[in-house]
Amino acid sequence: MIDKIVQSMAEAMAGIRDGAIVLIGGFGSIGQPNALIDGLIEQGAKELTVVANNAGVGRVGLARLMELGRVRKIICSYPRTSDPVVFEGLYRAGKIELEVMPQGTMAERMRAAGAGIAAFYTPTSVGTLLAEGKELREFSGRQFVLEEAFHGDVALIEAWEADRWGNLTYKSSARNFNPVMATAAKLTIAQAQHIVALGELDPERVHTAGIFVDRVVHVPYGEPTVT
Amino acid sequence: MNVKAKLGRLAACTPWTRDEIAARAARDIPEGFYVNLGIGIPVLVANYVPPDREVIIQSENGILGMGPEPQPHQINRWLINASKKYVSLVPGGSYMHHADSFALIRGGHLDLCVLGAFQVAANGDFANWSKSETDMPSVGGAMDLAVGAKSVWLLMDHTTKDGESKLMRRCTYPLTAVGAAKRVYTNLAVLDVTGDAFAVREIAPGLTFEALQDVTDAPLKRAN
Repeated sequence: MIDKIVQSMAEAMAGIRDGAIVLIGGFGSIGQPNALIDGLIEQGAKELTVVANNAGVGRVGLARLMELGRVRKIICSYPRTSDPVVFEGLYRAGKIELEVMPQGTMAERMRAAGAGIAAFYTPTSVGTLLAEGKELREFSGRQFVLEEAFHGDVALIEAWEADRWGNLTYKSSARNFNPVMATAAKLTIAQAQHIVALGELDPERVHTAGIFVDRVVHVPYGEPTVT
Repeated sequence: MNVKAKLGRLAACTPWTRDEIAARAARDIPEGFYVNLGIGIPVLVANYVPPDREVIIQSENGILGMGPEPQPHQINRWLINASKKYVSLVPGGSYMHHADSFALIRGGHLDLCVLGAFQVAANGDFANWSKSETDMPSVGGAMDLAVGAKSVWLLMDHTTKDGESKLMRRCTYPLTAVGAAKRVYTNLAVLDVTGDAFAVREIAPGLTFEALQDVTDAPLKRAN
């Protein structure tokens, strides 16, 4: 019997290595899997490269992971947030590497990784600093930049509902990067507010099919806060 | 003329407020448009679209059909906009993941995106993500929106607090996109990008064309 639901956070985090590329879902604090990030802190992996839209808010979740010195490099589209206190301090002190990526390029590079596409040409960033050193090519009289697929070792995902096959649904705008990241990593771990019996999810509204998910942890934490 | 003298000439005029800039831009959005609103003054545009005009607002974090800020008792804690503020969904609205959201943005499906900017040049180049190598660069979805939407409008102050023009002959900050801006709404004027100069469509009350040119680095011309 396939059962991807694990009973402990330690089991969920097993095997994440030092130096791993970790994709973390969420847009700001919405859809960000804070319980899994805390699990990763507990697990101990370090020298991580983290891919997330923002560089953490306040001192919880991703910000805490960075504050503990576990993140070597962060790849994000928008490090500036309402309270990027931890990241800003590390960045100014030269203690963390930052790579800024256009948000759509970031999403599409992970989509490509999950879909078996090696690279693609995008019009985004043509003529800007972020296209420097990248191959340019003209199609129908317009310039495009070559961007390669971006694979993660691990994806940490926040879902609304999950079943034992790993089928997932998301809630409202908490969907954001989660379904894309779920497809792009070798090991995808989801935290879910609700665990339901197999067959209970309406197949018409499964957002991420279980094939993309390796482990599910039940984390019924209630409502997120915008920080 | 030094900056102080320029600011002195502006004292006679009444610059538009952030809300007035947003309201002015909202007036120009046609019925049926699909529009993305960026962080800053642009998000305020949603408050001023006339109620009898159906305009569909997209948010880069996967919302199509974004509605206004909800009453406290109606907040959905999983529903925020690009500025990380609570919003609502209008009837007919839908959610999508980030790759689909940016497929929509990059793929030319939006009629308009409205963004803030640090600088814009007469040829439509603009800069809104980084002021220097040491600044914390934050590009977000701006580069995708700038190349993907059918039209790009910028809502911004005309000058810095020190009176330096943000409408330039050539941008000095790192570009967000090349030649993408089509129209600029500032606290002093409404201008079209025409290539070699900005065409002035409207000027804030009490300001003359000459005084506007005095505080503008880029050449101006009168719109036809």
